[in-house]
Amino acid sequence: MLSDAEDEEKWLAEGIAGLQHNAFYMHRALDSNNIRDALKYSAQMLSELRTSKLSPHKYYELYMRSFDELRKLEMFFKEETKRGCSVIDLYELVQHAGNILPRLYLLCTVGSVYIKSKEAPAKDVLKDLVEMCRGIQHPVRGLFLRSYLAQISRDKLPDIGSEYEGDADSVVDAVEFVLQNFTEMNKLWVRMQHQGPVREKEKREKERSELRDLVGKNLHVLSQIEGVDLEMYKETVLPRVLEQVVNCKDELAQYYLMDCIIQVFPDEYHLQTLETLLGACPQLQPTVDIKTVLSRLMERLSNYAASSTEVLPEFLQVEAFAKLSNAIGKVIEAQVDMPIVGAISLYVSLLTFTLRVHSDRLDYVDQVLGACIKKLSGKAKLEDNKATKQIVALLSAPLEKYNDIVTALKLSNYPRVMDHLDTGTNKVMAVVIIQSIMKNTTAISTSDKVEALFELIKGLIKDMDGTPADELDDEDFKEEQNSVARLIHMLFNEDPEEMFKIICTVRRHILQGGPTRLPFTVPPLVFTTLKLVRRLQGQDGDVAGEEVPVTPKKIFQLLHQTIEALSSVPSPELALRLYLQCAEAANDCDLEPVAYEFFTQAFILYEEEIADSKAQVTAIHLIIGTLQRMNAFGVENRDTLTHKATGYSAKLLKKPDQCRAVYACSHLFWVDDQDGIKDGERVLLCLKRALRIANAAQQMANVTRGSSGPVTLFVEILNKYLYFFEKGNPQITSKAIKDLVELIMTEMQSDNTTSDPSADAFFASTLRYIQFQKQKGGAMGEKYEPINV
Amino acid sequence: MVLVLALGDLHIPHRSSDLPAKFKSMLVPGKIQHIICTGNLCIKEVHDYLKSLCPDMHVTRGEYDEDARYPETKTLTIGQFKLGLCHGHQVIPWGDLDSLAMLQRQLDVDILVTGHTHQFKAYKHEGGVVINPGSATGAYSSITYDVNPSFVLMDIDGLRVVVYVYELIDGEVKVDKIDFKKTATTHAAH
Repeated sequence: MLSDAEDEEKWLAEGIAGLQHNAFYMHRALDSNNIRDALKYSAQMLSELRTSKLSPHKYYELYMRSFDELRKLEMFFKEETKRGCSVIDLYELVQHAGNILPRLYLLCTVGSVYIKSKEAPAKDVLKDLVEMCRGIQHPVRGLFLRSYLAQISRDKLPDIGSEYEGDADSVVDAVEFVLQNFTEMNKLWVRMQHQGPVREKEKREKERSELRDLVGKNLHVLSQIEGVDLEMYKETVLPRVLEQVVNCKDELAQYYLMDCIIQVFPDEYHLQTLETLLGACPQLQPTVDIKTVLSRLMERLSNYAASSTEVLPEFLQVEAFAKLSNAIGKVIEAQVDMPIVGAISLYVSLLTFTLRVHSDRLDYVDQVLGACIKKLSGKAKLEDNKATKQIVALLSAPLEKYNDIVTALKLSNYPRVMDHLDTGTNKVMAVVIIQSIMKNTTAISTSDKVEALFELIKGLIKDMDGTPADELDDEDFKEEQNSVARLIHMLFNEDPEEMFKIICTVRRHILQGGPTRLPFTVPPLVFTTLKLVRRLQGQDGDVAGEEVPVTPKKIFQLLHQTIEALSSVPSPELALRLYLQCAEAANDCDLEPVAYEFFTQAFILYEEEIADSKAQVTAIHLIIGTLQRMNAFGVENRDTLTHKATGYSAKLLKKPDQCRAVYACSHLFWVDDQDGIKDGERVLLCLKRALRIANAAQQMANVTRGSSGPVTLFVEILNKYLYFFEKGNPQITSKAIKDLVELIMTEMQSDNTTSDPSADAFFASTLRYIQFQKQKGGAMGEKYEPINV
Repeated sequence: MVLVLALGDLHIPHRSSDLPAKFKSMLVPGKIQHIICTGNLCIKEVHDYLKSLCPDMHVTRGEYDEDARYPETKTLTIGQFKLGLCHGHQVIPWGDLDSLAMLQRQLDVDILVTGHTHQFKAYKHEGGVVINPGSATGAYSSITYDVNPSFVLMDIDGLRVVVYVYELIDGEVKVDKIDFKKTATTHAAH
């Protein structure tokens, strides 16, 4: 048994063989001008097209071969008429062909010549032909025959300006002819699905889809007719085409033809007939993919709007937005089974249209979002991946269009749409919003806007129900929180009062973030606040009895409470750094008690929370470094704090760390400013203490390792001696320096000492420095004179 | 000729949202042979970004860096020059040139690069150079008011280094140039 495909191949081959055989004799007859034989063989040749065994695809092959032969026959008929043969006689003659299908093909062929001869009006011949074609009701055969008719008549329509234009209104006839052929072809096409067994339905639909362009070609022809102006399109063409589309009740045909209408006719026609076109949409079969059709329509219209600003008034005049919005609503209502993703993607298209055509109409944009919420409301959070993607697209579109979140913040429905996203997608969207702000460096400049913004991105700011933060991927979480931290720097207003409001708003939101988020969000808030403090610096609060709404004092209170929140984390090292920053800022504002309080907090954290020895070393250096810069403190406060600092320095775990911290403390007693403290004695005490610790370190090394440690610490202290010596501290004498140099040399020469090239180099470069200073001459050179090394 | 990018104290995201766009468009991959960063980046994203500009990157630890693996100080040799790197919060008084000079002697380097003050500085000093590239983001500082974003490019060629400082002032990038020649008598020769 042969398979279906092999069978078909065989049948096609047979068909072609028969066709070629008869074509051969037809040619011979044509060559010898034997018209009777020519007709006989051409009719036999065309009989091959009567087959029902071929699939449309194979049938098409056969049809194309016949078509080529018919062109030759047509040429012959044309020649014949030139030689004096009457075309009317020919038209009669071909009607003698025995079978209807060959007869109609021949009739169309002669008809083409007949019209060209202009012996009868084109409209009459065409009317005759299109009527007679009704004789073929087999779908495939009928479709191809009518396709042939459409083909040969294309250039012979009685269009305006055409040579076949007849009396008044002959365009109407041209249109009528094409419409009739279209209607009949569509009927045949739709009926095709009922031919053959039910089990082959799917295959048949595929075949049918392949033939769609035969039908669509008619619409293309209609769009090419010069005489079809807007008026005729509106009154005749569109209503008739839509009537057929709606009435055929066939999904495939409706989808294809709607799309075809949108693609082939001009944009301004669509705009002017929107109501009619959109009116057909809800009448289509519920399974028709209407959202794609509408999306394409809106895309075309947006492109049209973008083509020239001159067409924009047209859109307003016909109320395009209202009509589209209305139609979409109706379609969604009518197609109850439409999945949510379909509805949302329709809104995405409408929004895209709105943003391109009516970018100034925020109310339209909000309306689209509102409609979308209506569709989403009553449903649980979306789980459908595709649908959430569409919502992200919906929400991203205004951001991309306006390059400005501030505009989006005006859309009241925006956050409500976000509420319908699942937690994960909500966060993704929040990150998109932040990125948009970053990309466009948009400053968010009022506390109201900040409030609205934080409402939008609340998914990143606090735990949303159901998803505790610890379930998240650590990297992702960090990235999200860092983006929030970056965002905080984009919130800015020149006016201190408004800026303070912004800071309070941000603070209120981020303090809800819980221990995992605070370490990310508190520092940027603190620094933003410190920037405000600096702007207000020097402002004393009550200026001439006037109430000043925002003062550094007030801000420092807020800062205090903000940093305190980190204790719940706990994050003592970070909090300590922030307290020190505040202390220095308070110092710059000359607020001694405030600065003292911040220092106290820093010390408390140091004492109670920071246990790691390495962290202690860094912390104590930061404390000393900050304290060294403070000038707001009175003697008493200063003494308390320096005492604490030196005390903690001497209590560090490792001796070298102790030694370094202690000699760093020497700077607490000698500040090189004009009014800076200059307590040479206490400087010397520090340095001596550092020396003692260095000695102790050496001895310890002796005990534990049997050899002294490197001399690095001594060289470091020597350098400090030189520092204060140069600064004019009278307690630091050239003799003390000489003694120290000798001590180091002895240590280095001792067999007991571990040699260390880096310590040697350090010492060498220090000695070179002393030489350098000596050679400098002047006061410095004189000062160094007594030091001979 | 070797190009070295020196920068630091970005303080992202604590004090600044990002590098200035103008700097970003200047800093493109493939032009720079080494990056030396004094610290306070502060997060991995920034580290990764810098690494994308040039894989040979040297970082020391600032007091806000999340990555605890950065060392306190680092020395490296590029061409004829020995470079030292340190954030600078350890050197008290902060930003004090004489104290930094001591660190330079301690590390025994020709060029010392430190940060922390957010103020661009370049001193020729005892036959060496002390450079502070400032803050690449113009981050808030308790030490320096009105910080302009800045970074430094060093063009090291034989015994000569040209230090270009890029500073963003009122939205415009200003470039300054400081020339430094290492003499044969300089101590590092031994």
